[in-house]
Amino acid sequence: MTDRELEIKAVTLRREMLRVIHHAGAGHTGGGLSCIDILSVLYNRVLNLTPETTDSPTRDRYVQSKGHCVEALYTVLADRGYFPREDLQTVCHYQSPYVGHPTRKINGIEMNTGALGHGLPICIGLALAAKMDGGSQRVFTLLGDGELAEGSNWEAAMAAPHYKLDNLIAILDHNSLQITGPTREVMSNEPLSEKWRAFGWEVREAAGHDFGELTEALMKPPPEGTPLFIIAHTTKGKGVSFMENVGKWHHGVPSDDELARAVAELDVAEKTLREVTS
Amino acid sequence: MSAPAPVMFSPAASAMAADLGLRRGRANLQEFAATLQELAEADPNLVVITSDSRGSGKLGPFGKALPRQLVEVGIAEQNLVGITAGLAAAGKKSFGVSPACFLTARSLEQIKNDVCYSDVPAVLVGISAGVSYGALGSTHHSLHDLAALRAIHNLEVIVPADNFETREAVRYAAAAARPVFLRFGKAAMYDVSGDAGAFAPGRARSLREGTDLAFIATGETVVHAVLASARLATLGVSARVLSLPFVKPLDADAVLTAAQECGAVVTVEEHMINGGLGEAVAATLLEAGIAPRFRRVGFPDEDTVTGAQADIFRHYGISMEGLTEIARQLLA
Repeated sequence: MTDRELEIKAVTLRREMLRVIHHAGAGHTGGGLSCIDILSVLYNRVLNLTPETTDSPTRDRYVQSKGHCVEALYTVLADRGYFPREDLQTVCHYQSPYVGHPTRKINGIEMNTGALGHGLPICIGLALAAKMDGGSQRVFTLLGDGELAEGSNWEAAMAAPHYKLDNLIAILDHNSLQITGPTREVMSNEPLSEKWRAFGWEVREAAGHDFGELTEALMKPPPEGTPLFIIAHTTKGKGVSFMENVGKWHHGVPSDDELARAVAELDVAEKTLREVTS
Repeated sequence: MSAPAPVMFSPAASAMAADLGLRRGRANLQEFAATLQELAEADPNLVVITSDSRGSGKLGPFGKALPRQLVEVGIAEQNLVGITAGLAAAGKKSFGVSPACFLTARSLEQIKNDVCYSDVPAVLVGISAGVSYGALGSTHHSLHDLAALRAIHNLEVIVPADNFETREAVRYAAAAARPVFLRFGKAAMYDVSGDAGAFAPGRARSLREGTDLAFIATGETVVHAVLASARLATLGVSARVLSLPFVKPLDADAVLTAAQECGAVVTVEEHMINGGLGEAVAATLLEAGIAPRFRRVGFPDEDTVTGAQADIFRHYGISMEGLTEIARQLLA
């Protein structure tokens, strides 16, 4: 899939995700729009995983540590055929398995996450097991800015280089905004790259909505024995003008009118992309 | 002049143990470590995870013999449980081992989410549990763990009484497809199992028959109930002893039968009386419409008395003499 094809898909995925959240009446809109391009690259280009290989011992693993952005994950998984698209109509509904944070009951989801600071330690276990078995599979996790205040991340930050887990890739969805406000005001996590380098990680930075940059950062192997930390510079609410960098869209649910306005914007964006392509 | 060493068994209790032919075994913790090493030698897929706790867990020999099957995470219990869960999710049989006081408090959220809610077949091992660390004080006691873990879905909670129950529990956990919590103390244990029969999942074990009163006990307190039952027999009281290695799931049938046939129940546990075995037994009885004379023995909701494990047990009545007196008061 070309970068341009992924750009067009990014618009359609955003439209779908907003409809899911609108229908669910709950969800994490801003962060979903922030990370959905990262998820699209992972599931369309990077992960050695298909809907048919979700039980394969040698599959690549993805654990979404920032579990609250599950609607973006559901949307990408449905698009890739991990479960029927109609299931998206049940998200957050009574007796639906599609709850507001990831669970293993859903095909393609590895672990139940949602309490923050859990993904990285779990991924160390997954990556260690791969090393013990001599497997070549890689383990990916997606972290949020606010989440980095959880101390368990830093326990894991020490352990990954200790065990030379060069099969572990942590991606930070670096949109710099959390529920209370800018991360630098709530609890600064800067300087980020210096911190992770000091802990012994290979650190890369990428524009988090640029499919070429994301792909390169994710696909180029890190130095032997070194875990990889990718700072993906993203925009919370990306792709919908009135949602970008606005705190209330952290878990704001669009009204009928807001959904219509967002979809209209995305329709225009898609049309423009298709015109440029043709 | 140094203080006299705390004594877990009075001369009379030791004499009673001898009369009953109880064999003095090793610490359940040592039995656990030896059993785990045997299993790991036969199964390279079995791994143990420690948080600077391999010495406390008696896993030094394991680490020397099977270094590739031991993962050290340093003093980082949240990471310990997360990694244990990740290893299990990847198909390893993982045993996360750490003092119960830290494992079940600092990393309770990882136990709940990463292990139980995610439903991976990890085993969590709380070592030096209850007041095993005695004089080290309340930071190192785990008097809340049974209450906390009972309230988490998808976790079996096993507290072995002696070396036999320990060995069987470790083997059971190694073969289990779902999460298990094991809780061990570090004092040498009498073998109370005798010919009590098999260790079966979710089942109580009847150690002594009786018709006047039933002790329903778990873990390192069971031996004191056995000795008290024998002492009560000399006083004309027939006291049944049930050992409940499975605090969850609770053997409701055995509990109901004991209460119906004996009419008086004393629960005994190395845990605060809030939320532990006693409350589980009480709820089971009450919902079945059975209301025997009833007493919970454990640690009350107060600053725990200071001292060694033996001192603390004796202070709260967990001894042959203490349980004998409690039973007589209940029957009076």
